[in-house]
Amino acid sequence: MISLADFIVVAAILFCIAAAGLFINRKNVIVLLMSIELMLLAVNTNFVGFSRFLGDVSGQVFVFFILTVAAAEAAIGLAILVLLFRTRSTINIADIDSMKG
Amino acid sequence: MTVVQNLPLICFYAFAAVMLLSALAVITLKNTVHAVLALVLTFFSAACMWLLAEAEFLALALIVVYVGAVMVLFLFVVMMLDIDVEKLREGFVKFLPVGLIVAVVMLVEMLGVIGVHAMQLRTGSVDPAAAVGMSNTEWLGFALYTRYLLPFEIAALILTVGVIAAVALTLRERRDARYENASRQVKADPRKRLRMVKMPPAHGDESTAQEEPHA
Repeated sequence: MISLADFIVVAAILFCIAAAGLFINRKNVIVLLMSIELMLLAVNTNFVGFSRFLGDVSGQVFVFFILTVAAAEAAIGLAILVLLFRTRSTINIADIDSMKG
Repeated sequence: MTVVQNLPLICFYAFAAVMLLSALAVITLKNTVHAVLALVLTFFSAACMWLLAEAEFLALALIVVYVGAVMVLFLFVVMMLDIDVEKLREGFVKFLPVGLIVAVVMLVEMLGVIGVHAMQLRTGSVDPAAAVGMSNTEWLGFALYTRYLLPFEIAALILTVGVIAAVALTLRERRDARYENASRQVKADPRKRLRMVKMPPAHGDESTAQEEPHA
């Protein structure tokens, strides 16, 4: 049978892949957003696994809320991206330095 | 142990392998459209994994919300923007070792933590929703509409704020375009636009007599 360890190991690997994606694609904002989505998916998988194997409904409720917030975040992030591309004609992070951060 | 008894585990590993490979494709593919499509596959296999954990409602919600809505949004944005991919990938090889090192170190740390604790957690081999005689959706719904009612309402509020923010950010008024002013159109009075003129009919014989060339 599937055990909890299977779920959290797979989720951990997925999270690390997403973290590596943040590092190696640091110029492309769209891939960065997609990496964040992958991280959230890994966390959600953890929640689902724990909810199933500990018999607690709260984990699945939290997955529901994370999905909600992630959908709103993706919509706003992409809106900012469109706005950025309209004004700067680029989505390269290296060119976006007007705030001198 | 026969294959039939191990079928859930085999399916789990198959879905996990597809998910991890497509996640790798997401972060390495050159074409962003292909990366988005790989992300769709990742979410789909994750939904299959959730189905194996008897989280049916969330698995279907993941497919409907993510594959159906968020990924389509991503695809639209990627196709709308005219991106120079070569320029965006110039740091790819430079940052590859750093990314790999960070990812591997993180993975080893996580597996170390998991190895100590998770192997002891072998409780609950029975579906917790079925144990109380409910379907997964019922089980989730009971919790969502009782204990978590206020967070549920706040989630609706967050979605509304997200919609308004996304529209407000991308809305722009173009200077070079002509717009109809709706309120002016509604307020328009037909009597100011159209003037009815009463003209007495001209005498037919008089006009024809004038225009007729005299022979």
